[in-house]
Amino acid sequence: MFDSLEAITRRVAPPSSRWSLRAVHERSEQLTVRQDVAQAPQFGREAGAMVTVAHGGGVGHAATADLGEAGLAAAFGRAQALAAASAGRLAFDPESLPAVRPRARHVGPRERPSLAAPLRDKLQLLADACRLAHPDDRIVDWSASLWSTETEQLILTSDGGCIEQQAAQTMPHLQATALIDGVAQTRSSAGQYNGFCQQGGLEVLERAHFATEGPRVAAEAIALATAPHCPTGTMDVLLMPDQMMLQIHESIGHPLELDRILGDERNFAGTSFVTLDMFGHYRYGSELLNVSHDPTRAEQIASFAYDDDGTPSQRRLLIERGVLMRPLGGALSIARAAALGHRLEGVATSRAASWNRPTIDRMSNLNVEPGDATLAQMIESIEFGVLMRTNVSWSIDDSRNKFQFGCEHGQVIRRGKLAEVVRNPNYRGVSATFWRSLAMVGDASTFEVMGTPYCGKGEPSQIVRVGHASPACRFSGIDVFGGHE
Amino acid sequence: MSGVTRADFEALADAVCRAADGVERTTLLLKAESSDFVRFNRGAVRQATQVEQAFATLGVVRGARRIESRVALTGRVDADIATLNDERRRLAKGLDDVVDDPYLLLPETATRSERHDDARLPSAADVIATVARVAHGLDFVGFHAGGPVVRAFADSLGSRHWHRVASFHIEWCCYLAGDRAVKASYAGRDWDEAEFARRVAASAARLALLGRPPRAVQPGAHRAYFEPTAMAELVGMLGWGGFGLKARRTGSSCLMRLAHRDAALHPSVTLAEDTPHGLAPAFTPEGFLRDAAVTLVDQGRAADTLVSPRSAREFGVPANGANADETPESLAMAPGTLREADAAAALGSGLWISNLWYLNFSDRPACRITGMTRFACLWVEDGVPVAPIGAMRFDDSFLRMFGEGLVALTDHAEAIPNSDTYLERQLASVSVPGAIVADWRLTL
Repeated sequence: MFDSLEAITRRVAPPSSRWSLRAVHERSEQLTVRQDVAQAPQFGREAGAMVTVAHGGGVGHAATADLGEAGLAAAFGRAQALAAASAGRLAFDPESLPAVRPRARHVGPRERPSLAAPLRDKLQLLADACRLAHPDDRIVDWSASLWSTETEQLILTSDGGCIEQQAAQTMPHLQATALIDGVAQTRSSAGQYNGFCQQGGLEVLERAHFATEGPRVAAEAIALATAPHCPTGTMDVLLMPDQMMLQIHESIGHPLELDRILGDERNFAGTSFVTLDMFGHYRYGSELLNVSHDPTRAEQIASFAYDDDGTPSQRRLLIERGVLMRPLGGALSIARAAALGHRLEGVATSRAASWNRPTIDRMSNLNVEPGDATLAQMIESIEFGVLMRTNVSWSIDDSRNKFQFGCEHGQVIRRGKLAEVVRNPNYRGVSATFWRSLAMVGDASTFEVMGTPYCGKGEPSQIVRVGHASPACRFSGIDVFGGHE
Repeated sequence: MSGVTRADFEALADAVCRAADGVERTTLLLKAESSDFVRFNRGAVRQATQVEQAFATLGVVRGARRIESRVALTGRVDADIATLNDERRRLAKGLDDVVDDPYLLLPETATRSERHDDARLPSAADVIATVARVAHGLDFVGFHAGGPVVRAFADSLGSRHWHRVASFHIEWCCYLAGDRAVKASYAGRDWDEAEFARRVAASAARLALLGRPPRAVQPGAHRAYFEPTAMAELVGMLGWGGFGLKARRTGSSCLMRLAHRDAALHPSVTLAEDTPHGLAPAFTPEGFLRDAAVTLVDQGRAADTLVSPRSAREFGVPANGANADETPESLAMAPGTLREADAAAALGSGLWISNLWYLNFSDRPACRITGMTRFACLWVEDGVPVAPIGAMRFDDSFLRMFGEGLVALTDHAEAIPNSDTYLERQLASVSVPGAIVADWRLTL
C-alpha cells in the first residue's frame, strides 16, 4: 500500500523543519448473525496519514486521506500553519523530543488470515454458532458476530526513520438473552463489548472456543434469569480474568496514564489520584501485585515493536511487588515530567486511534502477572464470598478512585465450595485501597489473554484496542451488592 | 479548508449510484468534515490538529441481499469515483455469498431534503490567540472543535439528501486546585470573541466559592437540584437501549417496567425524539425521512418506541425514522414550571449538581443508574450556595428519581449538543430542563 509513500513524503515535507508522517491503511469486516438471520456484511477500507511539523517553537498536526503528492503537500502546509499559530504558546518544549531514526519492519502473527477466507464459509460458521445459542424459546435474543481487521502502518521522520508494522486482529462474540417470568438476563462469551480480542486470524476463534460456546452462554443466561439476586455485604470476591481485565483497565491503566497525571485530560476523561511524586515508592497494592506493560506477547491485541511515535517497545513492570514504579507515559510526556523536575522511566505507549488522530499516552497491553494459587485453592480459602465473571457495568470517578463495577454472572462461594448462581453481582471500592486487599493471585492455569477494542480517551476523542491478560484473583473485605427487587 | 462540496457529492452520486453489475440498488452515505481541533492545558496549546476526512458507505442490494462497505475518500473526485465503482463491482460479486435477509427494508420511493447552514467560525489561530489572552492567569484546560460537518445520502432510485452544518464548540474547565473546577462551554455558528471572553470570566468568577472548605456529604438520601448539563447525562442513559422497539420486544430495555405499566414517571415527564429542533439530519442512513417527532414518554407513561427499518419489517409496525441502533439523536424533555431563577430557593438545603460523570446501569431492568458527581457541585443552605462538595457516587433508579422523587422541572429546556468526537464530530443533541429531586441516593 505504501510503496511510494516514503519517496513522495521526503519530496514534499518542509526541508527546514522537524516533521513526521504516520500513515495507516486498515481493512475490516464485520459479520453478524442475529436470531439465525445473517445481517448485511459490513466492510471497511481506509488509508490516510497524520503529518506533524515542529517549527519555530510550535507544533502542528494535519490529517489527510489524499496520499498523493499534492494532498500530502497541502497537509504539511496546514500543519506548518498550526505550528506557526502555536509557536511560543505550547504546553511543552518541542525541542525535548528525541530523534526517531530506526528503519525497521514488524509483522504480527496471522496463521489463517480472516479477511482472505471465503465470506460464505465465515457466514456459515456464524450461523452454526448462533444456532447453538438458542436451545429453546426461553432465549429471546441471540447473536454471533465476527470482527476482523488488518492494519498496516508506516512511520517516517525527518531524522531518517522508517518503521513499517502490520497486524491482524480478530474479535469474535456470542451473546444470548433469556426472558423468564419477566426477568431478562444477558450472558455473553466474554463480555458484551468483544472482551476476547486477539491478534491473529481465524486461529483466534479456536482459542476462544467460538464454535462450541453457544450452549454454555445460553444455559448460563437461562440460569441467571431464574437465579436470586447477589447477596449484599462485606465479603471476599474472586474475580475471573474477564472481570479482572476491566478492573485493571479502569483502576490501574487509566490512573497511570502520564498525560492524565500532567492534566491534559482534566476537561474530558479526567485526572488521576496518582501524582508525579508517587513513582518509586507508593504502595499501590499488596505484595502479590505485579503489573506489566507488555507489547511483546505476540497474540495480545496491542502488541507492537514500536509505538506510534516510533519508540521501541519493551516489557516493563509498572507495579512491582505492589510498589508503583513507572507510568504509562511516552517520550513526550516523560520529557514534560522531567521539565517539572520528575525524572521518570516511561514505556513505549504513545498511540493514535488511526490516521486522523494525533498520538497521546494510552494503555497497550497491561497485564497482571500470574501468581501461584490454583483456582481450587482460592475457592477453598473463601468462607463466604462471590465468584464474579464477565464485566457488564463500569463506572469510576474522574480521578479513577471511587469505582462501582457489575458482572454478568455471579456464583456464591460458601465454606470453600461453589454454591448457587446469583444475578446482578456488583461491587464497589476505592482504587487507592482496593488493590491492597489483593489476597491471592491465580497461577498460569487461570491466566487468560483478553482485552477491549473500545478504550476511549482524548480530545479529539479516540478509541484504541487495548490488551489485558490476567489470572483469577481473590480480594478480601469487599463491598458487594445485588440488584433491585 | 471547506471540505466536501455539494457538487462533489452530486458527482459521486451520479457516477456511482447506478443499477449495474447485477446490482438492483446502490446507496451512498457520506460522512465528511473539515475540522480544527485545538486542546489546551494550563492555558497553553497541548495539540493543534486539522483533519480533512470523508467516508462513503456504499451499499449494494439485490433482492433481499445487501452488503455495505465504508471507504475513505481522498477528496479528488475522479479518483474517488473510480474507487467507489471498483468497490461496487467487488461488493456485487460478494452478493452471491450472502443469504437473503428477511428483515431488509429500504425506501420504495425517491426522496429529497436539503439543509445548508453557513457560519462565521474562528480560525484555529484565532482561538489560540484568544485563549492566550482571555485565559491568562487561569488554570484553563479545554478543547475547541470547529468547522463544517456533512451528512449526505443518495441512491439509485434518485434520492438525494444533503445536510451541512458548520459550527464551533469550545468546552473548558477553570481549575482552582486538585479536582475543584468549573466547567463551561460556548457553542454556535457565529463566533463572538467578546461572548467567549465573558463566559470564561464568568466561569473564573465561580471559582471563589470552590475555594471554601468543602462540605462533607455522607452517603444516604439527599434533596438535589440538577442543572441541565447533569440532566443531559441522566436522561441520556435512557437512550442506551431504553426506547428501541427491539429492546422492548426482547425484554432488555431499561424501561420495561414503564412499558408494562409496573411503574410510572411523574406526570410532568414528557420525552420525545424531536428531530426538527435538533441538529441531526432529517433522513436516516438508509435514506428514509425521519418522522417530525416521536413521543416516547407522555405525561409519565410509556408511549411510542423508536422503530428502525429492520424492526419495522421484523415486527410488522411502521418505521419512524430511527437509526439501526434505535437510539435517539434529538431527545427532548419538556420543561416544567419552576423558574430557573427560583431553583436554589426551591431546593432549600441540599445538593446543587452541575455535572455528572461516567454513568452506567447498576441494574438495567430496574433502570437503576450509578455514576459520579463532577466539577462544581455545591452544598446549598436555605437557598444559598455555601460550599463545594467532594466527588460522590450515586446509585438510584431513574424511575424513582423522576417518578415519586421528582419535585419540579424548570421552565426552560436547554439544548446541549453532543460534543463527542469519537471517529467524527457528532450531530446529536439533547434538550433538557433542570430538575429538583427528593431523596437522591448517594452511596460512596
